[in-house]
Amino acid sequence: MSSRDEVLGRVRRALADVPGGERPERVPVRRDYRRVHGSRTAEETVELLAENLADYRAVVHRSDTEGLAVLIRTLLARRGARTVAVPQGLEPWWMAAADAALVEDRAATTARELDTVDSVVTGCAVAVAETGTLVLDAGPDQGRRRITLVPDHHLCVVRVPDQVVGSVPEALARLDPRRPLTWISGPSATSDIELDRVEGVHGPRTLEVILLTGGGAGPLPSR
Amino acid sequence: MNGAYLGMPAFPRAAAAATRDGRLRANLTHATHTIRDKRARAVAELDDWAQLRAAGAAVKDRTLRHLDHYLEQLEAAVTAAGGQVHWAADAEEANRIVTELVRETGEREVVKVKSMATQEIGLNEALAEAGIRAYETDLAELIVQLGNDLPSHILVPAIHRNRSEIRDIFLAEMGRWGRPAPEGLSDSPAELAEAARLHLREKFLSAKVAISGANFMVAETGTLVVVESEGNGRMCLTLPETLISVVGIEKTVPTWQDLEIFLQLLPRSSTAERMNPYTSTWTGTTDGDGPGTFHLVLLDNGRTDTLADTVGRQALRCIRCSACLNVCPVYERAGGHAYGSPYPGPIGAILTPQLRGVEGALESSLPYASSLCGACYEVCPVAIDIPEVLVHLRERVVEGGEVTRRGTRAVLRPARGHAAERAAMRAAGWVFDRPGVLRAGMRLAARTRRLHPRRLPGPGRAWSQTRELPAVPAESFRDWWQRTRGTGTESARQGGEGT
Repeated sequence: MSSRDEVLGRVRRALADVPGGERPERVPVRRDYRRVHGSRTAEETVELLAENLADYRAVVHRSDTEGLAVLIRTLLARRGARTVAVPQGLEPWWMAAADAALVEDRAATTARELDTVDSVVTGCAVAVAETGTLVLDAGPDQGRRRITLVPDHHLCVVRVPDQVVGSVPEALARLDPRRPLTWISGPSATSDIELDRVEGVHGPRTLEVILLTGGGAGPLPSR
Repeated sequence: MNGAYLGMPAFPRAAAAATRDGRLRANLTHATHTIRDKRARAVAELDDWAQLRAAGAAVKDRTLRHLDHYLEQLEAAVTAAGGQVHWAADAEEANRIVTELVRETGEREVVKVKSMATQEIGLNEALAEAGIRAYETDLAELIVQLGNDLPSHILVPAIHRNRSEIRDIFLAEMGRWGRPAPEGLSDSPAELAEAARLHLREKFLSAKVAISGANFMVAETGTLVVVESEGNGRMCLTLPETLISVVGIEKTVPTWQDLEIFLQLLPRSSTAERMNPYTSTWTGTTDGDGPGTFHLVLLDNGRTDTLADTVGRQALRCIRCSACLNVCPVYERAGGHAYGSPYPGPIGAILTPQLRGVEGALESSLPYASSLCGACYEVCPVAIDIPEVLVHLRERVVEGGEVTRRGTRAVLRPARGHAAERAAMRAAGWVFDRPGVLRAGMRLAARTRRLHPRRLPGPGRAWSQTRELPAVPAESFRDWWQRTRGTGTESARQGGEGT
């Protein structure tokens, strides 16, 4: 007998107390928890996102479409970034003013090459206000998972209010499980030493978020 | 200590040693109180916590009651998404499968994401025997691995170590495993984390094979979920060419939507955060992004035996948040090592004896490693009634009875160590059936009370070593009642023994 049959056989014998006719979906699960906590206007939801991002030590900036390219240039320059990884589908005008050399996200790029890159600029799929979370789904403006991991500085642009949801249930409903997802809440952190929180272990030690308003807000999160 | 929980002593002996370790107790008290308070605040932010908790328990119960259905669905979904599914009935088989999969890649080194399942099966030791070196990449696991130590907490495995101990371990050991610690390393957490970052980055950038566990597996979509903080998980899950995930079959949840419950319950219960810094989900393989080869090893190793026990089954709801450890007065004093398995604290006291069987000395002692205060049940985000299972397992230890071992029904004999207790209970039953004897005994006890020892001799010694013997009052309750309220008829009715 294969181990598959062995394990499944054990499961069935172990469940002898479950009536044969019981359908899984008939076992009751009451979903009377909230879809979202509290009621907020779209603006207030964006405010809450900003607040919770900052609470977990992400640096929050705001911009409209007019000012975005200059803000990105300023933030990269402040870090002294000479090279910046960019996803292939990033809006070219975001980087139009940047002085740094752009490193396009390609399958052939090795992790070691990526390790020499100073910063990365991406969009995101969804942002969750209640938890201060950015979700990346490897869409065209976010690129492969590793580009937001290996460089030490991540600059993430969130279109508000379109890409912002209130809660975790609302976020999951917008996301496609077939895509690889990365949920980011503040910079990399550890509390393994006496439960003292230290930012920055392996992922980017600095996370900056630009809340982008106005001007043809662009596409909805990819599905 | 060395890297495997082999030949661990029974809980009372291990706990007796641990409670005398002043530094350990100080580290533990500080850590558990800090996280306990933080957690209470994080949970208080959600006014529907009770509903989330009930829904979490209900989803897990649905899954467990139809685990065969969901496992088959999961297997089909993972396979359709480009993954390969393997089934392991026990630890040995899981280790064999993983070793073989690593060998096929031609690699001799692997990087690992912190995983309870691989600790449970002793994977690192099995790989070492096959000449494959496994590098733990979680900071706390790294501290444990470099210190040739054992994890003592589910979430913070090095909770028993303080910063100066960690500094000493890094300075002494990092060089033997790779990049040495920087000279002049201080004991500030930031500097220690930086040393770990530099040490591990070389491993991440060159690793071809990674091994992980998973927090959840979604049957409907074949999606695996890893919840973490540092980014070492993301490194392992995305940079190598081959990813092997070893996951207990109970980690299954039916639908994608179900994650909305657990991604709220888990972070707040475990690290007391609104959300942990990183959560990764992946479904099979994705062209050009992440590992091109993905293996999922579905692990039984005692889980189906646990499932067969209709009272103990609820332990399989556990999402390994560790909230029960942080509120447990016994864990706080004894520390994690005393529990003798990767699962310490209250959940370990019910999970380990069920996964391994209660026959061993350690396993049969674990259901007693509790004061039954109930704090663990209150705090559990999936409402596992740990005290109920503890009492159930105590009964199993003392009385024996029907159990399932490796899928086969067996009848367990009563534990031998409990013969004295059973004899005492039988004697007590005889006395309680004879009121006259009972009254005479109580009077005798009252009159000799100044002569009573503070410790019991013989079989009662172990019990009285850790407890104050109750003082015997000068007058028994029955005599007092008789004297103050008595009608004078009680003695006549119950055997005619005059006052």
